[in-house]
Amino acid sequence: MTLDRLLLTGGTVVDGGGERRLDVRIADGVIVEIGVALDADPALERVLDAQGCIVGPGFVDLHTHLREPGMTEAETIATGSAAAALGGYTAVVAMPNTDPTQDCVEVVEFVRNRGREVGLCDVRPSGSITIGRAGVQLTPFSELAAVGVHLFTDDGSGVQDAGLMRRALEYAGELGLLLAQHCEVAAMTHGAVMHEGDCCSHLGLPGWPALAEELMVHRDIELCRLTGSPVHLLHLSTARSVELVRAAKADGLPVTAEATPHHISLTDEALRAFDARFKVNPPLRTMADVEAVRRGLLDGAIDAVATDHAPHPAHAKERPLDEAPPGMLGLETALGVTRKVLDTNWQKLFELLSTGPARIAGLAEAHGRPVEVGEPANLVVIDPDVDWEVDPGGLASLSNNTPYIGMGLRSRVRHTIFHGRAVVIDREVNR
Amino acid sequence: MSERRHFRSIAEVGVDSVRRLLDLTDHMAEVSRRPNPKVPALRGRTVCNLFFEDSTRTRMSFDTAAKRLSADTMTLAVGSSSVNKGESLRDTVETLSAMGVDAFVVRHRTAGVPWQISGWTDAVVVNAGDGWHAHPTQALLDAYTIMNRRGTKNFEGLSVAIVGDIRHSRVARSVTEILTMLGATVTHVAPRTLLPPMNPTPSTHALDDLIGSVDVLYMLRIQTERMGTGLVPGGSEYTDRFALTPSRARRLRPDSLVMHPGPMNRGVEITVDPSELPQSVITAQVTNGIAARMAVLFDLLGSTAGLEEG
Repeated sequence: MTLDRLLLTGGTVVDGGGERRLDVRIADGVIVEIGVALDADPALERVLDAQGCIVGPGFVDLHTHLREPGMTEAETIATGSAAAALGGYTAVVAMPNTDPTQDCVEVVEFVRNRGREVGLCDVRPSGSITIGRAGVQLTPFSELAAVGVHLFTDDGSGVQDAGLMRRALEYAGELGLLLAQHCEVAAMTHGAVMHEGDCCSHLGLPGWPALAEELMVHRDIELCRLTGSPVHLLHLSTARSVELVRAAKADGLPVTAEATPHHISLTDEALRAFDARFKVNPPLRTMADVEAVRRGLLDGAIDAVATDHAPHPAHAKERPLDEAPPGMLGLETALGVTRKVLDTNWQKLFELLSTGPARIAGLAEAHGRPVEVGEPANLVVIDPDVDWEVDPGGLASLSNNTPYIGMGLRSRVRHTIFHGRAVVIDREVNR
Repeated sequence: MSERRHFRSIAEVGVDSVRRLLDLTDHMAEVSRRPNPKVPALRGRTVCNLFFEDSTRTRMSFDTAAKRLSADTMTLAVGSSSVNKGESLRDTVETLSAMGVDAFVVRHRTAGVPWQISGWTDAVVVNAGDGWHAHPTQALLDAYTIMNRRGTKNFEGLSVAIVGDIRHSRVARSVTEILTMLGATVTHVAPRTLLPPMNPTPSTHALDDLIGSVDVLYMLRIQTERMGTGLVPGGSEYTDRFALTPSRARRLRPDSLVMHPGPMNRGVEITVDPSELPQSVITAQVTNGIAARMAVLFDLLGSTAGLEEG
């Protein structure tokens, strides 16, 4: 028996073509046969039970912090890839705020090659827009594109200089590359710990106003209009940001946007217990914002759910709130949270978790594909009706800073197929 | 560990406990007036003052309160601590807990640290000021001072103006909370830049409109480093608009009270000499602070048998 031959039996296939009860046969990384009740040959192939399960294109995360190189106490490419596979992801875009920064070919190649060695999902390094993410000097876009970088961002901070951002868009646009912005006007968020509103006023914590995001969303939409180059807006968190993007799309501008599971499931009220696990950037907002972001995902104003998976060691999150680093885990819980809070069907969920982000990341040749003969076998098999709670001690991630302890999640990844290999079988990583 | 009682914020303590603590403060004030103001109530108990931010006055007040109740005290003040050598907050608390601490009295520059600490120890936690968030013993001593001076436990209809840097003030938040809870009407007086972004309390920037009518004028310390920044213009503008000046003092009602949590910036938020101001109860606040902190420590750790003279 070779592990390269798989048969998924009894599942319901969901993709752009709708929902169909089909078995799926995979060989040599490709879907070779689909059909009703295919005959299994256990001597030649591994049979994976998908009874009662949803089978669809593997998820693609536009926003993963793998922390390697430089912060391997929080996460490594190996542990982050395992978390991704368990979460149903077959590709992740690795954010560039490593140490050293992913601003040169050497670091980008290190991340890419390490991802390949681990082999649990496609690790696609992003590049920073500016050297060292310092906001001054552009990185070598063309050189980085030559080693596979498609998405460029200074994530962790926004590009503050509007003139520089304009030039970056002009330069990237003609190369067919995508700039992604962390929208935050830093002059308005100095020292901020949480959303500026009732809760921060009561708790005496420095506030991060919604406007600090919206100003940069607006600025970059206008820079997109001026330059004609595409812009992707990371982790949108406010109602007004969603409106601005919706209007930009109505104008036909090449603007895309993502939202995180935590910005559609948690509010600033979570900080009332002063637990730094709920400190994240941009911060958790109000219920009105949460509902607006959910609507944006449902009506297409926002294109993708992206995790902003941001591991931090326990001791870092035990520091006083002003010193504790922002960020929370997301890869292993993204499906469970999204399914829990978004009232929609599986086709739409796959659009938000797979097809949409694959297109934005420039990965649509291998990921987010229809489940058809001849297509690359990057698939996820989901138990749709299982209710579960996250066990922070049982995560594959090296860190345990999940904000979802005690929260009921719905739907769970059962198997993940990456390049035709079953990397997760029955919720366990298959190395 | 969430079952234990703490004293971390007025809201968390609730109105019934606040009223009980005000009565207990009155009792402790009586104890403090005895020729021997020391009672054995907390004999054998250890109170640890954990001050990550310098505050000599509050620390001495807590220390005196604990000693009058016969508790053993230890003090860790920043600068002498291993916190500066990279030891984490949690390690510090766990180490001290292992020495046998019954109560931590915590002061920190960041909001929420007393809540974080309560997760790492079996001891009770008393908040002695966390960031801009809360300073509940200050609020208790202030409410007691008002009650005591006015000779009534009824706060209904009492009008209070809190003047100054509300945004960055744990005192303003806790005093507003306790007085509102007890039935008083609180107004914040400050420029918009020194108010919380979403302030639930009514506010004005026109001190002169209400100085002649308020029952209590509560002046806050303004940190001089805030002036001449984006928050407040420099020079004398803040003093001109918001200080208790001699001409404003003349407009105060004779029966109103003037309060300040100290330490005062004379010549900045207050340009009259409070010792010559009959309405000032600023010295009484300091005295009552010890009684209020005795009440809090006794309430958390003591037994009623221990209040007789030792």
